[in-house]
Amino acid sequence: MKWVRRMREVCISIGLVMASSPAMGQPAVSPPAAPPGASSCSGCHAPSAVGHSIGALQGLSAPDILDALQAFRNGEREATVMGRIARGFSDGEMRAIAEWLARGDE
Amino acid sequence: MTRASFNRRAVLQAGAALSAAAALARPAIAQSAGRVVVIGGGFAGATCARELKRGGFDVTLVEPSAIYTACPFSNGVLAGLRPLSRQQFTYDALKTDGLAVVAQRATKIDGQQKRVSLSDGTILGYDRLVLAPGIDLRFDALPGYSEDVAQIMPHAWKAGEQTSLLRSQIEAMPDGGTVIISVPANPYRCPPGPYERASLIAYYLRTQKPRAKLIVLDAKDTFSKQGLFQAAWKALYPNLEWVSMSSGGKVIEVDVGQRVLVTEFGRHKADVANVIPPQRAGEIAALAGATDRSGWCPIDPVTFESRQQAGIHIIGDACIAGGMPKSAFAANAQAKVCAAAIASLLGGQAPQTPKLINTCYSLVAPDYGITVAGVYRPVNGVLTDVEGAGGVSPADSSPSFRSLEASHADAWFRTITDEVFG
Ligand SMILES: Cc1cc2nc3c(=O)[nH]c(=O)nc-3n(C[C@H](O)[C@H](O)[C@H](O)COP(=O)(O)OP(=O)(O)OC[C@H]3O[C@@H](n4cnc5c(N)ncnc54)[C@H](O)[C@@H]3O)c2cc1C
Repeated sequence: MKWVRRMREVCISIGLVMASSPAMGQPAVSPPAAPPGASSCSGCHAPSAVGHSIGALQGLSAPDILDALQAFRNGEREATVMGRIARGFSDGEMRAIAEWLARGDE
Repeated sequence: MTRASFNRRAVLQAGAALSAAAALARPAIAQSAGRVVVIGGGFAGATCARELKRGGFDVTLVEPSAIYTACPFSNGVLAGLRPLSRQQFTYDALKTDGLAVVAQRATKIDGQQKRVSLSDGTILGYDRLVLAPGIDLRFDALPGYSEDVAQIMPHAWKAGEQTSLLRSQIEAMPDGGTVIISVPANPYRCPPGPYERASLIAYYLRTQKPRAKLIVLDAKDTFSKQGLFQAAWKALYPNLEWVSMSSGGKVIEVDVGQRVLVTEFGRHKADVANVIPPQRAGEIAALAGATDRSGWCPIDPVTFESRQQAGIHIIGDACIAGGMPKSAFAANAQAKVCAAAIASLLGGQAPQTPKLINTCYSLVAPDYGITVAGVYRPVNGVLTDVEGAGGVSPADSSPSFRSLEASHADAWFRTITDEVFG
């Protein structure tokens, strides 16, 4: 899970903030945590989905994921549950989720 | 609560956690500001512990059982569609991750001193505590029913021996016998679970004991995915009868000697009685002072921190998660949000406002799946359905759609158990 790595970076940066704050109080640049909704995805989508009917997200680009989410939401793409789920997210949220999921694959 | 005031509160609490840890001048306890104890190694607790551990925190998972037996798909075990072993998982992979898994039961929590006592006398200090104990059955809530009676009339609402017991009773029942399932009022673990169970037992009876009957006695008039279940029953299972609360379905007493379930309207004799009693949060949540009068735990939906006990977070079936059902999917999703919130709080950062997803798959027959999905966000301090999203499978689905939902159910189970235990 790439979120995990990001969280570790957050923690490290927090450590740096705490260590350096008496001197400067500079804000460390924290990598973003999972955007709202994104951490739920791995409940269904396995990192590698060999033999699974639910597809893997690994290897998909952010525009691919965003396109799919938008197509699910407006009913252009056939779905079992994804149509119902995609309707709960705005374009901005979808973009953030798509970018985060795609980055997880770098 | 406004965003700004929440942030202030979060920062204050994180500060309090740090100073409380520092104030404990006992180096063995609460050495670092990132020490988290997680109680309960189910879908919620194991997920949360793993996420925090990978995030670099010092995490101890307390779970008395060496083997976890998963409830999702255990209804398939009752119907003889899969062995119980497919439901069972160890904590070996978590240990390989470097996670400290302590095979003890948590017996006491001191929220002031931030300490947990275990059954062997060990005391663990923490900066943040996560409670994920799942449910306890309320053996006090149904006259005549008790832990002993559950050996004769199994609940099978915690998977394991109870599942095997109910399975063997159904197998041993002669053709022409009657199975009765008693369903409690809301809230309870897995809202569609009793109806999936009824469906799969009915499937087994239709194929193996076609003269047998199945009666569902319900303490409710409506239930999850009702239209879909009832349409399927009408088409597939003529021997399945559902009795709503207003038709006299609420079981008010159990007569174990006679194998009778007593309702307000009459007595129902069962060859096999599956009594699913009312439930509450696992006992340790009450011992921590985290339950309210309902027996469940009120939480802040941004952090899953208790509304009653600062520094203690509750996830999974034990918490009151607003519109989210008590499901393994929800438990797993909540665990990840809670882990991220704890990471923020321990770092003195404001946790972000989350969104969560749930999907519950139910099998009506081996090749016939139905689902309910939802998207949730905090509104006025309560996890609330995002309007326009979610809902159940279409009523007029084709057989191929239903078969695809059944395959997805299987894929979901393998994926989530792999994420949690694999
Ligand atoms: C028949 C049935 C079918 C289901 N089907 C589905 C489904 O298809 N999909 C779905 O999403 N959900 C399903 N569920 C619901 C799902 O099982 C629960 O929602 C889920 O298990 C909740 O996870 P949890 O971690 O909160 O609790 P649990 O999984 O119960 O885990 C709690 C853990 O805490 C431990 N514990 C308790 N007290 C202590 C203590 N004092 N000290 C240490 N450890 C302690 C227990 O030993 C246990 O391992 C089903 C449930 C049933 C009964």
